[in-house]
Amino acid sequence: MNLQNILSEIEKTDPEVYDRLDTRRSVMKNFAKASGKIAIAAIPFALGSMFQKAYSSPTAPTDIVLDTLNFALTLEYLEANFYIKAVASGIIPGGADISALTVIRDHENAHVNFLKTAITAAGGTPVSFTASSFDFTAHGTFPTVFSDYGVLLAVAQTFEDTGVRAYKGQAPNLMTNNDYLTAALQIHSVEARHAAHLREMRKANGALVPAGINLKPWITLNQSGIATSAVQASYNGEENVAQGGVTITNIGGQAISLAAASESFDEPLTKDQVTAIVTPFFA
Amino acid sequence: MKDNETKDLLPTFNDGPLAKNLSRRKFFGWMGASAALMATAASCKKGADNNDGVDLGSGDIGVLNYAYALEQLEAAFYVQVVKTPYSGISTQEMAYLTDVRDHEIAHREFFKAALSSKAIQALEVNFSAIDFTNRTSVLGTAKAFEDLGVTAYNGAGKLLVSPDYLTIAGKIVSVEARHAALIRDLISPGSFADMTAVNAMGLDGARAPKDVLSIASGYLKTKLNANNLPTS
Repeated sequence: MNLQNILSEIEKTDPEVYDRLDTRRSVMKNFAKASGKIAIAAIPFALGSMFQKAYSSPTAPTDIVLDTLNFALTLEYLEANFYIKAVASGIIPGGADISALTVIRDHENAHVNFLKTAITAAGGTPVSFTASSFDFTAHGTFPTVFSDYGVLLAVAQTFEDTGVRAYKGQAPNLMTNNDYLTAALQIHSVEARHAAHLREMRKANGALVPAGINLKPWITLNQSGIATSAVQASYNGEENVAQGGVTITNIGGQAISLAAASESFDEPLTKDQVTAIVTPFFA
Repeated sequence: MKDNETKDLLPTFNDGPLAKNLSRRKFFGWMGASAALMATAASCKKGADNNDGVDLGSGDIGVLNYAYALEQLEAAFYVQVVKTPYSGISTQEMAYLTDVRDHEIAHREFFKAALSSKAIQALEVNFSAIDFTNRTSVLGTAKAFEDLGVTAYNGAGKLLVSPDYLTIAGKIVSVEARHAALIRDLISPGSFADMTAVNAMGLDGARAPKDVLSIASGYLKTKLNANNLPTS
């Protein structure tokens, strides 16, 4: 039975099938796009997904919500796999350091599981990655990521600060669903806690902190606090001090420095910006 | 505030089922249970539903005024902390707390400017329970305020209609979370995201405005009326 036959059969019981499919243009487009890549055996599943979307109730999570959750899941897989290898690397000092990185690893694993469950519950298909999906040297940019503790911490800080910006940028895409929006915000602030702690760890460790830079738990201007330009894209734009048309520097006659004004608001990144940043870490 | 009171101010969030075992029903059931818990907490607060006090307003303006109220409280606290440092404060701690003060003032002034004529009045605070000479009292209160702020913004996101306001709230909440992590590490190194803040699913807390305000009201002389805020 080919696709046309299936649609003809459905038309007998639902004369509006073509309208339904047509008004969900993105579904058809996605299907056409996906069918070029997927194996023949997977087509029935892809069809099922297409019809589920075409017939889903108005309150069901929309494509944009599922896409956003899968984007978040992709980032969580990246982080979780990074910390799994980091904790197992044997180069992390015992005590406070290994404890903190273990806590963070466990949170990222919990985020992966939470998002997988949420996407499945919403009728979507979670993306899936394994350890071999990633290259944490970023194709040679960080060759010592799991043998040099300073590099390991620098990459970790960058992942967390980037994660915070990524969730922030995606939040508006989840506004149609209160549960998912709230859950994403609850992950977002945990990533910020991680970022703050990793910055404290890097300050104490001192490796790769540029001379003259006072590394803080919050982001000053567009400073990465990492002595390489390779991570700069994760910090560009953080120097912004205009919020909703309001200039924060010295606002209301208060002595708010340019540095403090930039620190007091974290900035979002778009999906494209985040994708460009993390793509080198995929094998 | 006494030290032991601070510890009990925020409930733990680690009693939810593990995410890997969550079915669809359990997933939404957990969400529902949290909401029910919050509703119960709110209903236990005497006078929570009366119409006394400064009206925060409705819609997005109401939510922004709610955030403005919390930022006023935080800013006033850190202004006092920096003005009268606790005994034994280190140079590093003073630098951190001065930064946090400036961030909270920036947040407060941002909401005041953004709300303009819709902004609520300046609030009067009540810090009689805080011993500003005592490190434990000050940092314990700071931790409570920062964790409370994180749960407040996390719970308020869904109340906003404007995506632009949601983004701005997001820009602020992650800075509050950075503060919370730092303050927690000053009190107890490594407690930046422990199980009193982050549950077994790796999620921070999220609180409804009434639950946040029932805690915050202990530090405010001015009464607030949140009855017109959106609830979803």
